[in-house]
Amino acid sequence: MYEIVAFYLFSALTIGLFLITVLSKNVLYAMTSLAAGMVLISGFFFILGADFLGVVQLIVYVGAIMALYSFAMMFFDATRDIKEKNTNNTLVFLLGGLSALVLVLMFAAPIYSDTIVALYPMTEGVGNAQDVGMVLFTKYLIPFEVAAVMLLVAMIAGIILAGKKMDESLTEDMSADDEIMIVKDDK
Amino acid sequence: MIGLSHYLIVSAILFSIGLVGVLRRRNLLMLFFATEVMLNAVNIAFAAISHYYNDLTGQMFAFFIIAIAASEVAVGLGILIVLYKKYGSLDLDDLASMRG
Repeated sequence: MYEIVAFYLFSALTIGLFLITVLSKNVLYAMTSLAAGMVLISGFFFILGADFLGVVQLIVYVGAIMALYSFAMMFFDATRDIKEKNTNNTLVFLLGGLSALVLVLMFAAPIYSDTIVALYPMTEGVGNAQDVGMVLFTKYLIPFEVAAVMLLVAMIAGIILAGKKMDESLTEDMSADDEIMIVKDDK
Repeated sequence: MIGLSHYLIVSAILFSIGLVGVLRRRNLLMLFFATEVMLNAVNIAFAAISHYYNDLTGQMFAFFIIAIAASEVAVGLGILIVLYKKYGSLDLDDLASMRG
């Protein structure tokens, strides 16, 4: 009973909040509703018994990604309304709905066949986090390591791209020469 | 009782909302928000299928999608900051340098 109420409440709220995200003119409103919608999506994960995924969603999406967005928003003019010229809105809505429907049908069609067997079935009597750990560190170890390298690359790229004096310090190495001069003077 | 199709329908609605956002938005930051909406919709579908088929593979894929979203945001926001420094605007129509 609670599950049904929670599901319909969460889905209605999530759809409303994401509609605000997509349709709002103000960046601040869009970002706040996106963060709230992500919190509610972690509620979906808790209903579905994917506890660890829900916690990761809260930590990574709401904690890290939204913090990153709010920091990036300080670089841009966030309080001003965004002026966008939108031509032919109904066509866009129609095209978006239709292509999303086609995509979902394409990916959902194999699910309804009877040939699907569980590849890594959930272990009985083991918590979700432990179960995820057992599968992730045995069967998915190489993708896990590759994801770690990808996150490292993304971190370095973010630091280099958003670094402040990018055009000076990356091309010319003036500061290094100055330091060498100072060391020589001291001696 | 809630079936798998309920979750898939919610996921499809959220995905189409995100797709409409990607098609409609002209501001690059708002476009990033719309892609986040789409990624979250796919995650719901993965978690639901993982629950109803008693299989952990869906949750694994959802983890990797979250990792990809995190790195996408890190690199993308860096690029946005560089673009904003160069052009002073994030509007896609202003950024079009090749007049096609």
